Amino acid sequence: MIWQQIANGIATGAVYALTTLGLTMVYGVLRVLHVAHAGVYALGAYVGLWAFRATGSFWLSLVAAMAACALAGLLIERFLYAPLLHLPRIIPLIASIGLFIAMEEAFRIVAGPYALAYDAEVRFGSLALGPLRLTGPQTLILTVTLVLLGLLWLLLSRSKVGLAMRATAMDAEITSSFGVNTRAIIALNFLIGSAMAGAAGALIGVYDNQVWPTMGSVPAYKCLAIVVLGGLGNIPGSVLASFLIGLAETLLIGIVAIPFPRDALAFVAMILVLMFRPYGLLGKG
Amino acid sequence: MLSGYVVTVLITIGIYVILALSLNMITGYAGQISLGHAAFMGIGAYTSALLYTRAEFSFWPAFFVAGLVAGAVGAVLAIPCLRVREDFLAITTMGINFVVEATFLYVPFFGAGMGIGGINPPRLFGSEISKPGFLLLVTGVIAAVIAVDRWLIRSWIGLAWAAIREDEEAAGAMGIDVVRFKVLAFTLGSAGAGLAGSLYAHFLTFIMPVNFGFGQSIVILSMVVFGGIGTLRGPIVGAIVLGALPEISRPAMEYRTLLYGILLLMLMRYQPDGILGERSLLVRGWHALRQQAAPMKN
Repeated sequence: MIWQQIANGIATGAVYALTTLGLTMVYGVLRVLHVAHAGVYALGAYVGLWAFRATGSFWLSLVAAMAACALAGLLIERFLYAPLLHLPRIIPLIASIGLFIAMEEAFRIVAGPYALAYDAEVRFGSLALGPLRLTGPQTLILTVTLVLLGLLWLLLSRSKVGLAMRATAMDAEITSSFGVNTRAIIALNFLIGSAMAGAAGALIGVYDNQVWPTMGSVPAYKCLAIVVLGGLGNIPGSVLASFLIGLAETLLIGIVAIPFPRDALAFVAMILVLMFRPYGLLGKG
Repeated sequence: MLSGYVVTVLITIGIYVILALSLNMITGYAGQISLGHAAFMGIGAYTSALLYTRAEFSFWPAFFVAGLVAGAVGAVLAIPCLRVREDFLAITTMGINFVVEATFLYVPFFGAGMGIGGINPPRLFGSEISKPGFLLLVTGVIAAVIAVDRWLIRSWIGLAWAAIREDEEAAGAMGIDVVRFKVLAFTLGSAGAGLAGSLYAHFLTFIMPVNFGFGQSIVILSMVVFGGIGTLRGPIVGAIVLGALPEISRPAMEYRTLLYGILLLMLMRYQPDGILGERSLLVRGWHALRQQAAPMKN
């Protein structure tokens, strides 16, 4: 029982990690609270579903979801955030909330208000580590997450582009004075972060076997809490916080059965941590 | 004279005007982003509803206690908020909203998911006040809030808030007690939200946790930003326009939330100062017109 809950917690944490990664990357370079990121996540699930219906292949649908979301992310950066960066932070935040509301409504109007089934049969081996057993879909989520995280780590730590990305997150102005095209680097951050959100959307669509218009509502706010918990803009911090919250939610609700809504837990954890570490778990002031 | 439907809509808009004006004190004047204003509206509404239904208070004392309790909770919750800034503050206040809503939803004392019913409209001289009477009451509260707002802005408090909003470090270096003025902003703004919450509870006669969720906070913040944050006219006009929007756009029922989202997005993109902010098209046009007219007088 407890091991099964741990397995569920790991799978949940993996999805949180994929979704929050994009948020934290965007925050790192733009200092914008990108609420509409959860709209991109839901877009990934819809595009994945349509691609799956058209091709019948889960892997193709995953790639299609990532590509569509990468494009959506680029457009959002170019046409919404770029012109608003010199304004007070509240302006891009409200614009982002407006975009998120509009995206959820657009999904409802185009695809209908009901949950659609995303019944891709992915044959994927289950994994057993001692008493810990991950089911096929759980293993799939964890594998895709770890592969994408690994690729991102390689890119950031071993390539020139990654160096430029890290430098831009630290100080865009100085980086650009060294001849780095920071506009392109910022766009690349959006591209990668949004593609990850698309992958998360498609994976959760298959895992829950449903895609619905407001599936981004809970992630929209919970992921912000996780990102803040990890230290805004800090990539390892947000991965750590994702797995912590994923495990804490499933264990506290599933085993202890505390009478508290699952989705408020992340916020309680975040507020408590911020009292002692005002910049999050791994954030630096 | 006015139909019941129109009066109902006007009362709802009036309550939103109070909420927008009180949030404007925190976010507009003192510059502290709050994404959790509906939590304080909820605290006021629940205080008033519990006092009325369980402790046999009449509306009037319950109304004032609701403002006091919401203000006190605002002061207490401002303390964790002092530790964090800007984006961290925005997310912390959002978190407070989720936790407060969850408390209403899961604690049986607050009626849990069933909410609280049986809250009657206020009584005056032995009889229940009519709907137009309630509208008059809301208008009176708005007038009082505007008076307090003007008094604050003309006093030293308004100057201190402006200094903190523009540059917190510089304000502190000039000898302004930043902590005290921030707590004051949260206290006064939350008290205003509590009064609005009490009116809301006694107008609807029935409250549910979902009325005070994060979505409601976004609605209130949108009104402030839409009209023009940090001005007096902005939140009032924002609350009137966005409050009337669901009624005006009733024919486009299916698309009205979509339109609302696009409206927010486009406004922030092209008029980030709101429709009546200092740098907005309308206000700049008005100033230009006045300047053209001025030399003709001489």
